[in-house]
Amino acid sequence: MKLSGWGRYPKVECQPQFPQTGTDVVQLLERGPEGTFIARGLGRSYGDSALAEATLHSAYLDYFRSFDAESGMLRCASGVSLATILEVVVPKGWFLPVTPGTKFVTLGGAVASDVHGKNHHIDGCFSEFVESISVATCRGVVECSRSENTELFRATCGGMGLTGVILEVELRLKRISSSYIESTTIKTQNLSDTVAVLDEYRSATYSVAWIDCLSTGNALGRSLVMLGEHSEEGELHLGSGARLFVPCDMPGILLNGMTMQAFNSIYYHRVTRDHTHSLVHYEPYFYPLDGVRNWNRLYGSAGFLQYQFVIPRDAGMAGMTEILNRLAKSKQGSFLAVLKLFGKENRNHLSFPLGGYTLALDLKYSPEVLALLDELDRIVLDAGGRIYLAKDARMSKMVFQAGYPRWEAFSRLRHEWGAHRVFNSAQSQRLGL
Amino acid sequence: MKSILVIGVTSAIAKEVARNYARQGDSLYVLARAKDRLEQIVEDLRVRGAGAVSSGLLDVCDFDSHIATLDKAFAAMGHIDTVIVAHGTLPDQAACEASAEVALKEIQINATSTVSLLTHLANKLESQGGGTLAVITSVAGDRGRKSNYVYGSAKAMVSVFLEGLRHRLYRKGVNVLDIRPGFVDTPMTKNFAKGLLWAQPETVAAGIVSAVERRKNVVYLPFFWAWIMRAVRNLPDFLFLRTGL
Ligand SMILES: Cc1cc2nc3c(=O)[nH]c(=O)nc-3n(C[C@H](O)[C@H](O)[C@H](O)COP(=O)(O)OP(=O)(O)OC[C@H]3O[C@@H](n4cnc5c(N)ncnc54)[C@H](O)[C@@H]3O)c2cc1C
Ligand SMILES: NC(=O)c1ccc[n+]([C@@H]2O[C@H](COP(=O)([O-])OP(=O)(O)OC[C@H]3O[C@@H](n4cnc5c(N)ncnc54)[C@H](OP(=O)(O)O)[C@@H]3O)[C@@H](O)[C@H]2O)c1
Repeated sequence: MKLSGWGRYPKVECQPQFPQTGTDVVQLLERGPEGTFIARGLGRSYGDSALAEATLHSAYLDYFRSFDAESGMLRCASGVSLATILEVVVPKGWFLPVTPGTKFVTLGGAVASDVHGKNHHIDGCFSEFVESISVATCRGVVECSRSENTELFRATCGGMGLTGVILEVELRLKRISSSYIESTTIKTQNLSDTVAVLDEYRSATYSVAWIDCLSTGNALGRSLVMLGEHSEEGELHLGSGARLFVPCDMPGILLNGMTMQAFNSIYYHRVTRDHTHSLVHYEPYFYPLDGVRNWNRLYGSAGFLQYQFVIPRDAGMAGMTEILNRLAKSKQGSFLAVLKLFGKENRNHLSFPLGGYTLALDLKYSPEVLALLDELDRIVLDAGGRIYLAKDARMSKMVFQAGYPRWEAFSRLRHEWGAHRVFNSAQSQRLGL
Repeated sequence: MKSILVIGVTSAIAKEVARNYARQGDSLYVLARAKDRLEQIVEDLRVRGAGAVSSGLLDVCDFDSHIATLDKAFAAMGHIDTVIVAHGTLPDQAACEASAEVALKEIQINATSTVSLLTHLANKLESQGGGTLAVITSVAGDRGRKSNYVYGSAKAMVSVFLEGLRHRLYRKGVNVLDIRPGFVDTPMTKNFAKGLLWAQPETVAAGIVSAVERRKNVVYLPFFWAWIMRAVRNLPDFLFLRTGL
C-alpha cells in the first residue's frame, strides 16, 4: 500500500508488517527482510524517514510494562503513544518530561527522532529522560543505556530507526500537581525584539515564539512569544478529545498567499496587549493542532513540507534575518512558523538540537518550494546549522553530511551492528547512510 | 468495581475492551492461548489501573479443557458480572472451498467452540442469577455471501444460538448481547486495504462497553452497519446473486 509521512509528500509503495511481540520482531529480522526495511510509529514525521519497501509498524507493540507512581519511572513497549501515556499518568500526578507539538507520536518515534519540546533550552531532548531502551538489532535484542552499550544508545536515540527496532523504553516522568499551565504571551515588534525576549525569559520552563512570517521591513520577525510554567493550582484531569476533523483533501488553492497573510495578521493582532496571562489546560497549550484530526489534508493532495533548521547562537540574528527576508520575498507563505531557543547540543550521533535558534515552517508542496528550500539550505549551512531529519523529505546528501559531522561515526556503528544491510529508509538512502 | 471475564483477550478488539474496564478500576480474568502475549496484557492492564488481574491459558479448540478452565475462573472471581467472548479467525475462503476439513476446522473455531463455552457459561450465569454474556459475532452472519460464507455461517450459528439463550435466560436476570462489528482494523484484517467504512478497535471496544452497560440485545458496531446490513438483508435474491459482495 502507498504510505507517506505527515506532510503526504512523498508517497511510497510499502509492504506493512504488524508484529505483536518483541519475539515477532526478532523472527522477522532473523528471516532477513528483503529490500529496504524500517520501523514506523504513527507516521507523524513529515517526510520519508518512516518509509521503505517494508515497514514494520509498532501499532500492536502497545503494552505498558511497569509504572512506579512513587518514583515516576515508566516502562512501555515502543508503540505506546504519548497520548496514551498521558491518559494513564496525568491523573497520578505525572507528566511527560519533554513533549513535541502533537501527542499522537509513539514512544519509539520520540526516541528515534530524539524529539524536543518547548523546554529544550532548560531540559534538553527526550533522550535526556530515557533511562534505558531495548533494541532489536541484527544481532538480537540488546538493552542499552548511558552505562551499558553506550554507543548503541547514543546512536539509537535520534538514529531514525537506522540501528534497529526499539522494542521498549524506560522513561523518567516529571511531577506535576495540576494539569494546567500558567501561560504568558508577549507581543514583540521585530526579530531582534523577539530574540531579546526569548533570551530575557530563558529561565521560563517553556518558551516558543510564533512568528508572523509574512511581515517585512521594520516588522520582520514580529512575534507572539509564549511562555509557560506548570501551575500549582487546578485539578489533575485529562483534556477532551479531538473536536474537529478534516474528512478529505481540501483544494490546495484554499491556502494561498492571500489567506496566509490574512491568517498571520489576524493571529498576531488577536493579542491586543503586550503581556497577556492566562491559565490553560496542557492540551491546548502543548497540542493546539491535535484538536483537528487530519489537519494535514488542508494542504491538498500534493502535500506539504515542513522545513525546520537550527542555526548556532552567534550566527543567529544574521542568518535568521536573511532567511525570513528570503521567505517573505518568495511569497510562499507559511501557515505556522515557530521559533525557539535551543539549549546545549547532546552527545547523540544524529540528534538535531544545538545551542541556537530553530525555526519551523510549513510550506505547501510545489517545485518552486523545493528550489526555495535548496536556497535556504545554503544559508543554514553557511551559518553552521542543520536541518531536522524528522521533518525532512528533500535535503541532499551533501547538506546532511555538512550539517551532521558525526554521520561518519554513525555510519561506522551501523556497519559494526550489521544494520546497514537491513535498516534503510527512503530518507537514509537519499542521505547516503 | 466489576468482575470481567474475557475469552480470547489477545484479540485486538478484546484487548481494548479489557483496557476500558481496567481504566475503570474493574477486576479482570483473562484467557487466551498465546502465553507471551497474555502475560504482556496482564501487566499492561495492571498499569492501566485494573483492580485484580488473573489469567489462564485456553485453546478454544481443546473442548475438554473448557469446563475446568471456566470453573477455575469462576472460583477465582467469585461472582462474574460480564463475560466477553472474542476469539475467532477469518478463514481463507478459497481454502475452505477446496477442503471440507479446512471448512470444518473454521466452523469449529468460530462456532462450535463458542457453543461449548456458552453452554457452560450460560449455566454458570444462570445459577449465579445474573450477569451479561457478550459475544462478538459479525455482520458477516447476516447473509451468506460468496466471499466468506464459511465464516458467515459460523457467526450466524452463534447469533441464533445467542438469540435462543437470551430467550431462555430472559427471566433469570442474565443479559445476552450479540455484538456484530463491521470492518475493524485488527491483525485479522491486516492484509485488507482500509477505506472509509473501517473502524479502529478502540472505537468498537467503546461501543461494546456501552452496549453491555445499556443491556442491549444486539448491537452493530459502528452503528451505521445496522443500516448497511438492513439493506444487504433486504436485497432481493435476483439482485443479490448478481453482486460481487
Ligand atoms: C503537528 C506536529 C508537531 C510536531 N512537533 C514536534 C516538536 O515540537 N518537536 C519535535 O522534536 N518533533 C515534532 N514533531 C515531529 C515528531 O515528533 C517526530 O517526527 C516523531 O518521530 C514522530 O513519531 P511517530 O511515532 O509518528 O514516528 P514515525 O513518523 O512513524 O517515524 C519517525 C522515525 O522514527 C523511527 N521509528 C519509529 N518507531 C520506531 C521504533 N519502534 N524503533 C525504531 N525506530 C522507530 C522511524 O523509523 C522514523 O525514522 C511534530 C510532528 C507533528 C505532526
Ligand atoms: N476485524 C474485523 O473486521 C472483525 C469484524 C467482525 C467481527 N470480528 C470478530 O471479532 C473478534 C475479534 O477479532 P479481532 O478483529 O480482534 O482479530 P484478532 O486480533 O485476530 O483476534 C482474534 C483472536 O482469536 C484468537 N484465537 C483464534 N483461534 C483461537 C483458539 N483456537 N484458541 C484461542 N484463541 C484463538 C486469536 O488468538 P491468537 O492471536 O493466539 O491467534 C486472537 O486473539 C473475532 O471473533 C472476529 O471474528 C472481527
